[in-house]
Amino acid sequence: MTYHNPPTTPRTSATFDEYSMSEIRRAAATGIYDIRGSGAKRKVPHFDDLLFLGASISRYALEGYRERCDTSVVLGTRFAKKPIELKIPITIAGMSFGSLSGPAKEALGRGATLSGTSTTTGDGGMTEEERGHSEKLVYQVLPSRYGMNPRDLRRADAIEVVVGQGAKPGGGGMLLGQKISDRVAEMRTLPKGIDQRSACRHPDWTGPDDLEIKILEIREITDWEKPIYVKVGGARPYYDTALAVKAGADVVVLDGMQGGTAATQEVFIEHVGQPTLACIRPAVKALQDLGMHRKVQLIVSGGIRNGADVAKALALGADAVSIGTAALIALGDNDPRWESEYQMLGTKAGAYDDWHEGKDPAGITTQDPELMKRVDPVAAGRRLANYLKVMTLEAQTIARACGKNHVHNLEPEDLCALTIEAAAMAGVPLAGTDWVPGKSAF
Amino acid sequence: MCGIVGLFLKDKSLEPQLGSMLSEMLVCLTDRGPDSAGIAIYGSPEKNRGKITIQSPSPERDFANLDQEVAGKIGAPVAMTVKSTHAVLEIPADKVDTSRAAIAELRPDARVMGAGESIEIYKEVGLPGEVAKRFDLSKMAGSHGIGHTRMATESAVTTMGAHPFSTGPDQCLVHNGSLSNHNNIRRELKREGMTFETENDTEVAAAYLSHKIAGGMGLGEALESSLNDLDGFFTFVVGTKNGFGVVRDPIACKPAVMAETDRYVAFGSEYRALANLPGIEQARVWEPEPSTVYFWEH
Amino acid sequence: MPTSNLATVPVGVQADEARIVDLAEVTLRDLNRALHDPREVARDSAWEVLNPKGCHALAVGVDAPITVDVRGSVGYYCAGMNQSGTITVHGSAGPGVAENMMSGTVIVKGDASQYAGATGRGGLLVIEGNASSRCGISMKGIDIVVRGNVGHMSAFMAQSGNLVILGDAGDALGDSIYEARLFVRGQVKSLGADCIEKEMRPEHIGTVQDLLDRAGIADVKPEEFKRYGSARTLYNFNIDNADAY
Repeated sequence: MTYHNPPTTPRTSATFDEYSMSEIRRAAATGIYDIRGSGAKRKVPHFDDLLFLGASISRYALEGYRERCDTSVVLGTRFAKKPIELKIPITIAGMSFGSLSGPAKEALGRGATLSGTSTTTGDGGMTEEERGHSEKLVYQVLPSRYGMNPRDLRRADAIEVVVGQGAKPGGGGMLLGQKISDRVAEMRTLPKGIDQRSACRHPDWTGPDDLEIKILEIREITDWEKPIYVKVGGARPYYDTALAVKAGADVVVLDGMQGGTAATQEVFIEHVGQPTLACIRPAVKALQDLGMHRKVQLIVSGGIRNGADVAKALALGADAVSIGTAALIALGDNDPRWESEYQMLGTKAGAYDDWHEGKDPAGITTQDPELMKRVDPVAAGRRLANYLKVMTLEAQTIARACGKNHVHNLEPEDLCALTIEAAAMAGVPLAGTDWVPGKSAF
Repeated sequence: MCGIVGLFLKDKSLEPQLGSMLSEMLVCLTDRGPDSAGIAIYGSPEKNRGKITIQSPSPERDFANLDQEVAGKIGAPVAMTVKSTHAVLEIPADKVDTSRAAIAELRPDARVMGAGESIEIYKEVGLPGEVAKRFDLSKMAGSHGIGHTRMATESAVTTMGAHPFSTGPDQCLVHNGSLSNHNNIRRELKREGMTFETENDTEVAAAYLSHKIAGGMGLGEALESSLNDLDGFFTFVVGTKNGFGVVRDPIACKPAVMAETDRYVAFGSEYRALANLPGIEQARVWEPEPSTVYFWEH
Repeated sequence: MPTSNLATVPVGVQADEARIVDLAEVTLRDLNRALHDPREVARDSAWEVLNPKGCHALAVGVDAPITVDVRGSVGYYCAGMNQSGTITVHGSAGPGVAENMMSGTVIVKGDASQYAGATGRGGLLVIEGNASSRCGISMKGIDIVVRGNVGHMSAFMAQSGNLVILGDAGDALGDSIYEARLFVRGQVKSLGADCIEKEMRPEHIGTVQDLLDRAGIADVKPEEFKRYGSARTLYNFNIDNADAY
């Protein structure tokens, strides 16, 4: 009997995994970093790692559908003469016309309006589709100031000064030439077909002391009517929230690293910023330390998918949440019905994130007139409204189960965590214990 | 993130008004820094006289008989002036270090805000107008001074976190902006033996300059070298026994306005801080260039 | 230079007819509210503001063909988002004067701080003294004439419009510029990424002459200017230009 050396099983590196190697090859071949949309894709501690305790003997539940559980929220009660009243605590986040097609923007407006909530412009100015179909529209003031003008400022319902976003706290933007159509070029005062580069800082202020004066200017232009939001990426949530409040914000919008429909470098998306879950408690603490919790409203975004996520964000102290990626999916983004076309683009339904390239088979993140036709703004708006309604019912279901007659009455004490990481980040006990890592001894 | 004012008098007849001019400038910039305020005033140095400004959260307790007790420890006469939470001790110039040691031993809760031959520093939490009133700043005379209103960014809103920061004899510094490598610089300076009272980035900048000056550099040289070593956004205004300096980082987007006449040189984060100075209409008004050191000396 | 040289100033408006608002007595809010009120601006087409003392957000959001003469220096964002108004600062202006102006004219008799005319979309901004850094940053159609010098990073990411500088320009002029045109009569300390000197063609002489006329400047000839604009090498990403990003 001959003896053969037992073969060694081929072993791939955990460090140099398949994805990392493909990135090295791609970078070496193309000489450009990977740009994409859709926020962080790596697994990070998230709302799924939290559970509600529900009611039993010590707490009494509310009867579903019968005993009222309110979901309304008023934003901008601090200084604005005309605060925004929403029926549901879920808003549509800023996504630019240019990045999104006109019909997609219209659909967002329709869906939000049907649901009694607001939508938000983006880095490309306000379009008629969006203003016309959004009962409540938040107008973003961004570093690029594309399309910025006082008429739109005055016909907005609120104004959001964007300091940063979750996908890229501290980064500017880039819209590749393919998407700079005639209309986008005109709105952005750019030549058609060139790459549009957006600055990372505002052109006319830097720092909270200057921001305070910028906010004053916007208030004066709009006669102190509109709520002023300040949006920050999940970088240093305690300080950023505190400084936004000191600078005079009515509302702070906090976007964690899973957020960000905006195109930017993959390395930026995956390696800069903190998970949404980790951002909420420090931001709420900043508001509490300043005596401003519930007086300056906190909107949290980045990875919100369902009513449980909504309820958990509110329980941790947010006043509302905002959705971007989820809204696009509701409109039809990444739908398996376009699988063959996704495959032609070298990807698959569910993984398509080259939203900046303008080839979106679903017709949402494109300026291609043929592809755009695939979005029926009425039907897509209806889908978004359905989805928002479901999320709201889900959040109410949980709130009722915790004995709350308003979703805002959810508290961190209604939660426990499945992992030590989530327990530490959310500041709630590990399930089955009274241990809050970092706060109490086990 | 803050407001800065500075005033360097060329005309001696203005010296009795330094405190009132500077505190008026300071109050103008309340919006830029509502958290705390501070001022450093340089009076006329007297031969062989040293000054130590100390602060205490319990002034009644800590300042009672402090002059006599320090005098006993150092074996020399001590004169003390108390203003609210601050006290200035006047001692022989060669007794500054022994006096500091004595104060630390006698009153462990009291903090030394600054020391030298002519500097006095007053800073507290609160609105600039309240701080100015509390220390009666408008009555103070001097040859030059700098002031600061603070909107705290990352470090705590405390008395010690207020500006100006003084880390060397008769030296002080105020800052508008946000340094991005102060933690590394702090670690290096600690290794070199510097001590720090706060987590504030500005204290690191002050200590950096003091360290360079202690190593033999002039203030101008130390400011030049800060441009290479300190990262982030900054406008610094610094004071020394005889002089007054300004520098901005290479990007220079934090605001800064200067005005010069035959009678004074003034600095403000915004023009409105300068708007009431005498003869401002005829002054040369300009914004300091990035990466450029400006310096005036008596 | 009397403002009556400016074609945009309505003929027949005399200073003594102006409605006088003294900010020592009236709040900024009340002034701006009046300037936004269609009835008030229909009644009074000329306004004079006293004692501005460097205050911020003065005469922002004007949306009527009125004149506002500000007697003294102003803080941040004076005449911000101006539309149709003719606003003259008889003093110096703080950061962001006439930011995002849409139309009309803003004149600064003294110096302007950083970000003058930032993101402006139309109208004419005249600075008779010097402008500080970032003059015309991200400009999108505004015309700016500076009699003195401009500071560093002026016309950064400038998209469209004309910046005419009679004096010198600081470092990194026109960095990452798009289609704005820069005309400099004095020295340029350095050009920013993708900004190059270009030929001064007859149409550019005409543009500069027109702007000088509109700014009331008669002692300078358009032929004395050099033109700068985009080399357009950053318009589509190329890794070999990565140093410029």
